[in-house]
Amino acid sequence: MTVTRTLALLLALIAAAAFAPIGPARAQSEGPLRIEITEGVIEPMPFAIAPFIAADSSAEDYTGRITRVIANDLASTGLFREIGRDAHIGRVTSLDAPIQYADWRAINAQALIAGRASVSGGRITLGFRLFDVVSGQQMGQGLEFAGDVDDWRRMAHKIADEVYSRITGEEGYFDTRIVFVAETGPAENRTKRIAIMDQDGANLSYLTDGSALVFAPRFSPTGRRILFTSYDSGFPRIVLLDITTMRRQIIGEQEGTMTFAPRFSPDGDTVVYSLSVGGTTDLYSLDLTNGQRRQLTNAPSIATAPSFSPDGRRIVFESDRSGSSQLYIMPAGGGEAERISFGQGRYGTPVWSPRGDLIAFTKQHEGRFHIGVMRVDGSEERLLTASFLDEGPTWAPNGRVIMFTRQNAGGDPALYSVDISGRNLRRVPTETAASDPAWSPSLP
Amino acid sequence: MTHFTKLLIAVAALGLAACANPEQFGGGGADGAGATAGQGDAGDPTSPAYFNERVGDRVFFTVDSSSLSDEARATLRAQARWLNDNPDYRVIIEGHADERGTREYNVALGARRANAVAEFLNAQGIASGRIETVSYGKERPVEACAAQRCWDLNRRAVTVISVGAGV
Repeated sequence: MTVTRTLALLLALIAAAAFAPIGPARAQSEGPLRIEITEGVIEPMPFAIAPFIAADSSAEDYTGRITRVIANDLASTGLFREIGRDAHIGRVTSLDAPIQYADWRAINAQALIAGRASVSGGRITLGFRLFDVVSGQQMGQGLEFAGDVDDWRRMAHKIADEVYSRITGEEGYFDTRIVFVAETGPAENRTKRIAIMDQDGANLSYLTDGSALVFAPRFSPTGRRILFTSYDSGFPRIVLLDITTMRRQIIGEQEGTMTFAPRFSPDGDTVVYSLSVGGTTDLYSLDLTNGQRRQLTNAPSIATAPSFSPDGRRIVFESDRSGSSQLYIMPAGGGEAERISFGQGRYGTPVWSPRGDLIAFTKQHEGRFHIGVMRVDGSEERLLTASFLDEGPTWAPNGRVIMFTRQNAGGDPALYSVDISGRNLRRVPTETAASDPAWSPSLP
Repeated sequence: MTHFTKLLIAVAALGLAACANPEQFGGGGADGAGATAGQGDAGDPTSPAYFNERVGDRVFFTVDSSSLSDEARATLRAQARWLNDNPDYRVIIEGHADERGTREYNVALGARRANAVAEFLNAQGIASGRIETVSYGKERPVEACAAQRCWDLNRRAVTVISVGAGV
């Protein structure tokens, strides 16, 4: 099953790629090597990654870096701990030779990753195997990826995704991108640019030039388009940008109003957003296929930060209609909204988990800000973080990790990630101050 | 700190945060380009500089509120008088919030504050065609510090004078 899915994924990814699974088929769940991602405290699983074998001299330029990318991806989850190369006793010189498991057991590695790279004519071919050191067997079958050498990082992320998936049973999220706001200059006159980078901070590029204030970029379900709010016209307006063609258009614009906080529907055909007029902010939807606009809320208060359920049938949003900001869910076409947040404090920026089971949100209470999650019916609220200012959660596509903006008192904002268990809080590396991250879907 | 001192600080900060729109005078919200040039002399009661510095171009709000205080109403009545006396100018009301809220909510809150000012000016006889509103949420603080002192100054609506009598 996994193989079929991965095959389809990769064929879609690398057109004309010479790609074939190799090695004997083996059930993914076989063997004891397994991390159950639960809410209990877990000890990271120790793993070793044997330096990838360079099949030719050109491949030597890549093998070291590929090995590092894979190791960093896995270690960044907090679920795995790398046993460094210095400690290795064993060597893997051929993917076809038997593994000397005792050498890897001796350094307490539970999992071993081995791989091989070859480069020819601007293309790179990567093969890898995953071994369960404890039981002494290969875990899942070997896989081979091929593509343009420039895509070596993506292929390394695909391998890390595969390892993560085989061991945790969850979809990996390493071959993903983050769109965010890069911030420079003084806080009173900040320059903000929409920026995009790989999930690990590599391959940074800028999508706007900083001439206009921008905020809150959001990915389309395919990751090809983004929405954000721009003050290019002097007023907040919604920009739809195709990041493959850089074609840019203003949508939902209405004279005398302000439009902001856009988000795509799961099918990518509809945008839901806020429109302010006369001091009131309501939610609207715009059908991108026919330009039809529809008002979804109609209350003399604020309704903003809408987010669709993964099935596209409902929208969670924040509103202060009760007197303070709380979370509500309504049908995607509008209609009666049900309040789901009842704890103390103010709630905002709800985002529906890609798995559909949880809502992530920002909570403001007693002078602190938190990122939290609750079930869709508002039960089982858990706060994952606390700081001077945490806000704006976004989900990794597997619904296990949340990225958000953190600003410490008097400091610049930065991107952080945290597990939905509340563990593994990490700063995401960015060149500049950064805010408003949005995690891409799994890339095709 | 008295309101007057706050105002002086705010006005001083204003000089740094000038407008992108060259036809606008003052304003805390717009991007760095442009200048305060063209505002005229604050000694000239018909100049935008006079409006900004003597009449008072801004009012302040309490946390999460768009209610106009007595002080704010007094300032806005003075603004309305000036605008009635100087019909060649239009205004853009910029609504702002402090940093103690989420980004989207603060844009909506700033819109509510700007609208409260616009409605008050309108009730004072300023034609709605001369008034536009925009919200910057928490994007353009006049002062950045992690303290009440700054947040109090940032929860504001600024009346920015621009050329043109409007519709």
